[in-house]
Amino acid sequence: MTAKTLEPPADVEAATVEVHDVHKWYGTHRVLNGIDLTVRPGEVTVILGPSGSGKSTLLRVINHLEKPEIGHVSVNDELIGVKRQGDRLKELSERAILAQRGRIGFVFQNFNLFPHLTVLDNVAAAPVATGRLGKPEARELARELLDRVGLADKTDAYPRQLSGGQQQRVAIARALALRPGVILFDEPTSALDPELVGEVLAVIKDLASTGTTLVIVTHEIGFAREIADRVVFIDGGRIVEQGPPSEVLDKPRHERTRDFLSKVL
Amino acid sequence: MSEPPGAAVSLAEAPSADAPSKPLAAQRVLPLRRPGRWIATAVVLVLVAQFVHGLTTNPFYQWDRFGYWFLRPTILDGLLITLEVTAYSAVLGLLGGVLLALARLSKSPVLRAVSWTYVWALRSIPLIVVLLFLYNFSALYKTLSVGVPFGPAFFSFDESKLATDMVIAVIGLSLNEAAYAAEVVRGGILSVDQGQHEAAAALGLPKSYQFTKIVFPQALRSITPNYVNQLIGLVKSTSLVFYVSLLDLFGTAQTMGATYPGDIVPLLLVVTVWYLILTSVVSVIQFYVERYYARGASRNLPPTPLQQLRTGLTDLRARIRREAAV
Repeated sequence: MTAKTLEPPADVEAATVEVHDVHKWYGTHRVLNGIDLTVRPGEVTVILGPSGSGKSTLLRVINHLEKPEIGHVSVNDELIGVKRQGDRLKELSERAILAQRGRIGFVFQNFNLFPHLTVLDNVAAAPVATGRLGKPEARELARELLDRVGLADKTDAYPRQLSGGQQQRVAIARALALRPGVILFDEPTSALDPELVGEVLAVIKDLASTGTTLVIVTHEIGFAREIADRVVFIDGGRIVEQGPPSEVLDKPRHERTRDFLSKVL
Repeated sequence: MSEPPGAAVSLAEAPSADAPSKPLAAQRVLPLRRPGRWIATAVVLVLVAQFVHGLTTNPFYQWDRFGYWFLRPTILDGLLITLEVTAYSAVLGLLGGVLLALARLSKSPVLRAVSWTYVWALRSIPLIVVLLFLYNFSALYKTLSVGVPFGPAFFSFDESKLATDMVIAVIGLSLNEAAYAAEVVRGGILSVDQGQHEAAAALGLPKSYQFTKIVFPQALRSITPNYVNQLIGLVKSTSLVFYVSLLDLFGTAQTMGATYPGDIVPLLLVVTVWYLILTSVVSVIQFYVERYYARGASRNLPPTPLQQLRTGLTDLRARIRREAAV
């Protein structure tokens, strides 16, 4: 790994994320059952929970890839996907939602890089398409970001020519290109070979030290202990308990948390 | 079963016959002989030779007349018409197909139903019927007007002036082509991974950018071979425009054949060879288009025919050298 330490970009302010009483269901299946969560600026929050507990859905509700049935999410006091009209919430236009998503980074489990674009274009696409930067500036920024995640020599490669760990680092650079105030990670290392997990976690750790707000869904308990300011344990679409890793991971108060940790540790 | 006493002896002796010359590791493995394959190859070669012999020596084909007609200006004019009709219909058909596919994939049930019905109807009606309908269209509707249905018209055209034979042919073929292209395009769009849509949405890319720069280029990879298949069908379908009195390649040959009845066979050969050439050109273009859209999808691009030839020759040379060395 040749990743340099990430300097906090001067123009980016770490965001606050607030989730208010969010419920989400598919048909009769309730995925989220009233989630309340506040993530302070610069805080690193790790969400743990068994599969099907709703942790990925929660992450996807935050950037409005999924619409909550009840409740709302705000980032820096700006409602996401809806606006207040009198005492009701009204759905925003697609264009407005897309603009909001540009301020929230998202990193997928399966990377979802654009396979027909080079690594450089993958990173430079969003700033150009959203009109924030001209093409030369965006490419300059992309080069800089790829250098930071240790892939300066891969700019002209296509994603499928890279290893999983390299692809995920490109995906992180792609998310950073929009200078988001918060970055959401949906199991960023679950699709990787064990030996490639470390390089991705190292990049996320660097990111955490720059003071960007991070919300990370992961199964890497050791990593959570190392970087999390707060660990949130979710089961059955509810928050069972939350607190600093020294409490939730080492002295869990709930039976369900103890049970889960005993299985994954 | 009792073994013949000689068996064990011969088995023990067998290796000693060749073995002393070379150690086993240095011996080449003799490839398996395949006599069946050689016989089949010989039979096919004989059949091919007979076919070529018939084609070249049978006076029925009148190759001298073929030479006379092949580059005749009337034939080339017909070829030009065929090319024009194909080009316009291919482009308009693909555009229509993209619109129909988007309508079919839209969230509006009305758009979906209209698109489905269009494809259903146009795929059911024979192309020749569509063309003849359009040909008689000016009799059905004297004027075409743009306005509110059942209400006032804003402006209108005299239909007979608007619809030349060429326009009728292109419209007919495009209407038909769009129905098939719609399914090809829809299949291509559906073949793009859902994660691509999500990633584009999560990055906040504008909707039009998502389609034109992310989803459609990836869909083109599976659209291309299917659409080219469609296109080759279209090249040949253009021969039907003869029935709406447009003299394309086939139509010209047909009329010339009526004037010179003795030359019908060479004229059909001329048409056949030209269609073969057109299809070959389309296939070559297809190869390079597919290669272009394979960027990123496969780790290495498939070699061009030239590169294949070169590696083939290199391999052959290496093999001959190896054989000679042994």
